[in-house]
Amino acid sequence: MSVLAGVKGDTGQQARSLYRQLLRQGGQFAAYNFREYARRRTRDSFRENMGVSDERKIQELMQKGLKELQSLKRQTVVSQFFQLDRLVVEGGKSGKQSGLRNDIVRQKDTGWD
Amino acid sequence: MPNIAANSLRQASRLCLKPAVSNASLLRASTHRAAAISAQKIATRGYVSESKKDNAQVSVETAIRADQKQFFQETGKRPQDEIVPGTSTTADAMMSPMAGVLKQATIMDEGQRPIYLDMQATTPLDPRVLDAMLPYYSGLYGNPHSRTHAYGWETDKGIEDAREHIASLIGADPKEIIFTSGATESNNMSVKGVARFFGRSGGRKNHIITTQTEHKCVLDSCRHLQDEGFQVTYLPVRNSGLIDMKELEAAIRPETAIVSIMSVNNEIGVIQPLEEIGKLCRSKKVFFHTDAAQAVGKIPMDVNKMNIDLMSISSHKIYGPKGIGACYVRRRPRVRIDPIISGGGQERGLRSGTLAPALVVGFGQACRIAKEELEYDSKRIKKLSDRLLKGLLSLEHTTQNGDSKSFYPGCVNVSFAYVEGESLLMALKDIALSSGSACTSASLEPSYVLRALGSSDESAHSSIRFGIGRFTTESEIDYVLKAVTDRVSFLRELSPLWELVQEGIALDSIEWSQH
Repeated sequence: MSVLAGVKGDTGQQARSLYRQLLRQGGQFAAYNFREYARRRTRDSFRENMGVSDERKIQELMQKGLKELQSLKRQTVVSQFFQLDRLVVEGGKSGKQSGLRNDIVRQKDTGWD
Repeated sequence: MPNIAANSLRQASRLCLKPAVSNASLLRASTHRAAAISAQKIATRGYVSESKKDNAQVSVETAIRADQKQFFQETGKRPQDEIVPGTSTTADAMMSPMAGVLKQATIMDEGQRPIYLDMQATTPLDPRVLDAMLPYYSGLYGNPHSRTHAYGWETDKGIEDAREHIASLIGADPKEIIFTSGATESNNMSVKGVARFFGRSGGRKNHIITTQTEHKCVLDSCRHLQDEGFQVTYLPVRNSGLIDMKELEAAIRPETAIVSIMSVNNEIGVIQPLEEIGKLCRSKKVFFHTDAAQAVGKIPMDVNKMNIDLMSISSHKIYGPKGIGACYVRRRPRVRIDPIISGGGQERGLRSGTLAPALVVGFGQACRIAKEELEYDSKRIKKLSDRLLKGLLSLEHTTQNGDSKSFYPGCVNVSFAYVEGESLLMALKDIALSSGSACTSASLEPSYVLRALGSSDESAHSSIRFGIGRFTTESEIDYVLKAVTDRVSFLRELSPLWELVQEGIALDSIEWSQH
């Protein structure tokens, strides 16, 4: 979790902040697959580079992360503009709506007929 | 007339100056009311009063909204109740689209959209790719071939960068990449181009070798060339889907112009031994073309290591935009081809026509990402594929089609015996799957690739292809496994054949009576 934890000074803090921002922004994708991928990729690449201690390499990775964050910010907005129905895997397949938003219950079982 | 207007204005200003303006006043233009409000405030406040920034400025939007509210309160008609004449939307939706839409939109917790598992047909566009493309759709619209102004230079720069990304993915030189509209065009260009060029000059080389499991576009190009007088050898494949190197060697003649063998099969995912084929072709001085639409960006490819002379690449199979592809044409030793499309001489004169910068840049970006993520993606796809295969093969009477060692894990083709493939696809409506290539999915004919492997009609009919990609998740795989297991056993319960099999009767021994 704490990427670059061994590094003294602000770098560790910055990296953690970037990590949190990337995760949060990635969760904004309307499309399920992109959302999951963004989160997974962020987590895996931070974990992969956890042991990096070379200052220059850290800066490079941080720059890359910032670039990705910018792109994520734009693309999540685009994604939200063109929302589609959700996938069948999202939140089970009862076909019911939870919460108090509306009381629409889908009668049809998907896939059988 | 001007007199009247001046009069009414004067009257209005006089009214506004009065501290209490009667509500019955007919003059209700917004400027006047705003003036009236400020007049009221002025009347009540002292010389030194606290002021907020918001109060000091007139926000246009707030003023308009206040106006609307006032107007509708007066008329008694509220925007959400009013249908705008000529349309079916309410006035609320007309004035503020979001407010109107949100009232009607229902946000579903669980959707009905099927899971996408047909990555061999096409892949979703990666958001990072779209991010690179958008500038070329909004601001950078120059013709990349315009050399006289900055609009052309900037798009040309984008295209050359993209070319470099694509070349570095396959270990080529950027100058060897020719952009086309897709892998089909690249295949046509390579097969027909080489055959025509070398068939024409003296007519010595008029023989083409390809395999029976090629994509339709290669097979069809060869068929056309046959009509033009070329000879074509369609190599058979072994049961595993791999070609026999000895047979290939035997098939090469002195007059063979080109050997076209695909890298990764689109239906069964079998990876052909490219390095060996390349070496053989080079030693026999025959051009080697490979259709790598399913291979580039998914398995490591190197045109120099594999001695590939021509290669077809598609953008939309590697999370890039649709409508663009590339053809790798070797320069040293030079591959001469007869262009199909002639014109302005773009792309070394091999494929004329203005390039689409946005698509090209997207393609380049997709290649860059593919190169960067190759290791991560293949590790992950392998993991998911193993999970899926293990689950599917644990069902009884299921077999994997194609070679079980040399195959791309993102393409899993499984036969479910005693189940009709099309009816299984119908039953699996919540999963987007296919029984073969998208081109032939409209017909109910069994896949010609599986027939070439020597599988029976029934087995070919009952096979389904699962495509796993970068954006597939574990929970999707689990869902698919559960759904397939359920539906297959359900369909088998219905089947009389299954009953016979359960009773231990071999289906071959039955003599069906003719009616």
